[in-house]
Amino acid sequence: MANESRIPIRTTADIVTARQKGRILAMELGFDGSDLTVIATAISEVARNIIDHAKSGEVIITRGNQGGKRGICVVAHDSGPGIADVEQAMQYGYSTRNGLGIGLPGAKLLMDEFNISSVAGQGTTITMRKWRH
Amino acid sequence: MRVPILKQGDYLIASVQSVLSDDDLQLLRDDLADRVGRFRSRGVIIDVTVLDVIDSFATRTLRAIAHMLKLRGAHTVIVGIQPDVAFAMVQLGLTLAGVGTALDLEEGLEYLGGRAHRLHEHRSFGSREEDRLGHPLRTGRHSHEHHSSRPRDEDENDHPGHASQRSLEYGQ
Ligand SMILES: Nc1ncnc2c1ncn2[C@@H]1O[C@H](COP(=O)(O)OP(=O)(O)OP(=O)(O)O)[C@@H](O)[C@H]1O
Ligand SMILES: [Mg+2]
Repeated sequence: MANESRIPIRTTADIVTARQKGRILAMELGFDGSDLTVIATAISEVARNIIDHAKSGEVIITRGNQGGKRGICVVAHDSGPGIADVEQAMQYGYSTRNGLGIGLPGAKLLMDEFNISSVAGQGTTITMRKWRH
Repeated sequence: MRVPILKQGDYLIASVQSVLSDDDLQLLRDDLADRVGRFRSRGVIIDVTVLDVIDSFATRTLRAIAHMLKLRGAHTVIVGIQPDVAFAMVQLGLTLAGVGTALDLEEGLEYLGGRAHRLHEHRSFGSREEDRLGHPLRTGRHSHEHHSSRPRDEDENDHPGHASQRSLEYGQ
């Protein structure tokens, strides 16, 4: 079983590919039921942000074990414009382009861990994990 | 993949066949806008049973489709949102406020049928032919009722099982 998926994100069709691959890998890692949809939805949001705000990037999905915990790890990386004020971007309803402003705070709610590092002018990396319960 | 749209009497039924890309969703919007005008449809059912994910973009698009079709005089009902998808949407804080929803295709038809049924009664008390053909205000009477999520919430005097049958006959 392949425990890593790298999906280049360049078109909106790649968003669908990323969330499908994420669902398959999550299943292989022992997730089931609504967790699969929750993980796929979070992947969809961060992948879409790459298209919407950074044009292109990649999503890397791996086995995310840590200590005694077993889970999945999703990294969304781009070399786009970055986010000047991360705290503001994480606020529910904040959007710079008339979106719902739900993508980032929503993905954080869906996953167990959510980390965002972004440097204006250099890009954005989001790392999120979900543990098996 | 382009979403096939079926015409059934006064209604259009769009059955999403596979995971939709953003472009497909936008194409669906344009196709529905075009056909509601061409067929003078009163109601549109969008069946999303096979959608694996409804994220913020899909929610925004479905809402935009429903609002646009409303301006064209047709009601939209989204049917078939799967339990897991609904669960994730709730966690995300996504709502389909202002858009009709129903459990499945059958209940979606009942939902729309309830409306057609009442319009029918309204008409049999002496309204005009042009009303049947659908002028822009034909749905105005019910415009305050769009928020109910289940057909039976809409009007306790309606009998959904009969309403859907009647509405089908009514459309032909
Ligand atoms: N990868 C990224 N690169 C640059 N800016 C980003 C990126 N992701 C998010 N942002 C910024 O953070 C803001 C909030 O993102 P979020 O996903 O929450 O909302 P949105 O994309 O604007 O709307 P929605 O996701 O609800 O459709 C965006 O408007 C954008 O300014
Ligand atoms: Mg977003």
